[in-house]
Amino acid sequence: MSTAVRDLVLRGGRIVDPSQGLDAVGDVLIRDGRIEACGGSLGTPEGADVVDVSGLVVAPGLIDVHIHLREPGREDVETVATGAHSAVAGGFTGVCAMPNTKPVTDNQAVVGFVKRQGEAAGFARVYPYGAISVGQKGETLAELAEMVQAGAVAFSDDGKPVESAQLMRTALEYARAFNVPIAEHCEDMSLARGGSMNEGLMSAKLGLKGIPAEAEEIYVIRDILLAKRTGGHIHLCHLSTKGSVELVRWGKERGINVTAEVCSHHISLTEAAVDGYNTNAKMNPPLRTAEDVEALQQGVADGTIDLLVTDHAPHHYDEKEREFADAPNGIVGLETALGVNCTYLLHRGLISLSQLVDAMSCKPAKVFRLPGGTLARGALGDVTVFDPQREWTVDPTRFRSKGRNTPYGGHALRGLATMTVVGGRIVHRVV
Amino acid sequence: MAGPLGKDLLGLAPLSAEQINLVLDTAVPFREISERAIKKVPTLRGATIVNLFFEASTRTRISFEFAEKRLSADTVNVASQGSSVSKGETLVDTARNLEAMRIDMVVIRHMASGAARFLAERIESNVINAGDGTNEHPTQGLLDLLTMRDRFGSLAGKRVCIVGDVLHSRVARSNIWGLTKLGAEVAVCGPRSLLPNAIGDMGVTVFDRIEPAIEWADALNVLRLQLERMEAGYIPSLREYNRVFGVTAARLERAPKELLILHPGPMNRGVEIDSDVADGPHSVILDQVTNGVAVRMAVLYLLAGGRPELAEAAKKGTA
Amino acid sequence: MPTKPTTVLDARAVDRTLRRIADQIIELNAGTENLVIVGIQRRGVQLADRIVRIIKAQEGVEVTSGALDITLYRDDLQTVGPRPVVGATSLPWTLDDQHVVIVDDVLYTGRTIRAALDELADFGRPSRIALAVLVDRGGRELPIHADIVGRKVEIASDERVDVFVEELDGRDEVVIVPRLQEG
Repeated sequence: MSTAVRDLVLRGGRIVDPSQGLDAVGDVLIRDGRIEACGGSLGTPEGADVVDVSGLVVAPGLIDVHIHLREPGREDVETVATGAHSAVAGGFTGVCAMPNTKPVTDNQAVVGFVKRQGEAAGFARVYPYGAISVGQKGETLAELAEMVQAGAVAFSDDGKPVESAQLMRTALEYARAFNVPIAEHCEDMSLARGGSMNEGLMSAKLGLKGIPAEAEEIYVIRDILLAKRTGGHIHLCHLSTKGSVELVRWGKERGINVTAEVCSHHISLTEAAVDGYNTNAKMNPPLRTAEDVEALQQGVADGTIDLLVTDHAPHHYDEKEREFADAPNGIVGLETALGVNCTYLLHRGLISLSQLVDAMSCKPAKVFRLPGGTLARGALGDVTVFDPQREWTVDPTRFRSKGRNTPYGGHALRGLATMTVVGGRIVHRVV
Repeated sequence: MAGPLGKDLLGLAPLSAEQINLVLDTAVPFREISERAIKKVPTLRGATIVNLFFEASTRTRISFEFAEKRLSADTVNVASQGSSVSKGETLVDTARNLEAMRIDMVVIRHMASGAARFLAERIESNVINAGDGTNEHPTQGLLDLLTMRDRFGSLAGKRVCIVGDVLHSRVARSNIWGLTKLGAEVAVCGPRSLLPNAIGDMGVTVFDRIEPAIEWADALNVLRLQLERMEAGYIPSLREYNRVFGVTAARLERAPKELLILHPGPMNRGVEIDSDVADGPHSVILDQVTNGVAVRMAVLYLLAGGRPELAEAAKKGTA
Repeated sequence: MPTKPTTVLDARAVDRTLRRIADQIIELNAGTENLVIVGIQRRGVQLADRIVRIIKAQEGVEVTSGALDITLYRDDLQTVGPRPVVGATSLPWTLDDQHVVIVDDVLYTGRTIRAALDELADFGRPSRIALAVLVDRGGRELPIHADIVGRKVEIASDERVDVFVEELDGRDEVVIVPRLQEG
């Protein structure tokens, strides 16, 4: 399915590349794994493969900076290879893998391992996250410099917050030297402990302990203030509340180096999806109210929230097939993200196609200082071709990921990646 | 084939007022059976019922056992500690094993909200929720309703206040759903730290002190305050709880009308309720216990549907 | 065969029949001592009450009476479909050494009486149990017989007998109804 060294011409698609301010029909030529030319009519170089993409959108390869691969440790649930395959099936050419593996990715050896596994798989590019603290225990700073050397692109204790403000301060200061973001999973554990869904009317009805919005917001403002103090770059993971969006806005207005992401599920679903104790709608942070969804959508539209992610978190069927409070948090998302983002943001007129590509490709590359996110000459030959109008129904049994835990099973979505190109090779194609 | 309550009794929230009244009406003749010398009828003879209790409970389990035995069913008690994770056998596997043994009905008590529904969705046997986490305890709710209905005639327009730790109480929630459906006015009274934040959206009035609650109500349903709540820091001390929220004889004396006093038991005498109230003339606590067996018999009777294959055979054979 | 309901006993005839049944009960029992009249829910209960009143007027004695609901002892509970409503049962504390007369409106297959006998056995050991019915329509499926019969009717299997009592239905009447028709 992949072409090795031949030139690749993508003919006649609508090229949407916000990094160049481009939105026009034209051709893209990829040579030796890099963008050779973009836009206009490019003819057919000798020996080139030509793919007719007329009627489709041609964008710089999509990048998801927040996913969970379960390797090392839980290869039964997902490996780097299956996760990377799932990524390209969803149209992603690059992913950042969180470090809450077993053992934790808190040293150069595991970082290097994950990176090499990604390269060997040959699907999406895998950029490892390193842990902020050793073992993600929140006690001592891990060897950030060594991990950067081995290929880590950012640091997080995701899955957990960094409870000590002092440690977070130190991490932000220390990481400045390496120009990498510190990403925080914002959750005050004393408020959230024992909770399994949003605290509100739904949790009162279902008799489940809830996690109040303030559990997230308290850490959001804390970290914004620490970023202000240290001049470091704080990146806030998977925001889920209206209050969080307002606080990020406050921070950005004051020129603080704060960036934020939101997951596809948080801009499309509310806590109603949990009704009936549906463990496939259980994740952390949880789905919240319609008011929160609207505020998050608005945050994406006005740029307060910089980028869209999935927090792809596969779990074994047996683990999810449990009493609600006992089931692990997390849903998969790589193969539904583009469809969800198109259906709930693009087609509702909340953002333009250009903004969509920006939030899923250009900004992720920019914020995380990754290669790609642009179709400028010389850039990586990573391209996502997608059809924003294509209607399809989600069938979890056909996922490339090992995980099937999604709340979107049976949902009708509009928007699908039809071809994914990594380094000039076609690694995924839908007819 | 499913009876008038459907296949399972998972809570009062899914039931209609008609269904609730049916259970209460059906419970009345079942009360009489417990007054007989021979407290047994052959109605569920041959039926196998498993009492699957993941949380220790003496009174509820005994009440169900009496109900089952008085209907001539065969009962088996399974006491299991801990959740699926700590125990090693998942709830799903437990369910499938029971089904493989052709159990007719399962009465389940579990520490996870939604566990009864989880089980009911996976096995064909009738499932009765005897308390799931902090979600519902429907038979307790029903027997409370019956006890109040006996004294009031009808619950429409009656004012019932639930006093205590509503946040963690499945009894409170079942009461709220049931009373609301039967047209009663419902209030709660307790420390705000023990009331759900969204309580106002559930159609319930909130009293921050016990005195106005007593003035307002026709009946008080007093919940047991668990020691763990104090240890978890929700309230400063049991002593202070009694001072502010305790149902005492002195407070009841100042009530404008004769209040009915209910308590699901077991009681912390001197904490949420004083002895002279619990043993006093307005207390219907022992009636609740009597009604408990009758209500559970009624529920078992109404749920135990006929077996379709027998009905088919009956149609083809003699009519 | 008749296509509309036929009255077998009108109100006056019902009254006369009940008086005769009351007389026969006293005769059978040689008096009113140790006599317990038990009506079967539902209409047997009203008929039993009437008989008790008749005996009181005639003999000046208030005979002990009770009501019996046999729903929980039915042999067809597994197949009858939606759960039948259970009525009230109230009997003297013990029936030991008593002469019990069961009163019911219609005797047909005999299964109701079988259930009643099972239930009564749980209340004690009467020295004798007799059965008095207002109407015997034949069609027995069990070896059950009535000691006292108000009226015997021969009807086809596709017909049924309906008994109406003042207290529940507003009138006293016994009617034969062709089964296909709602009486």
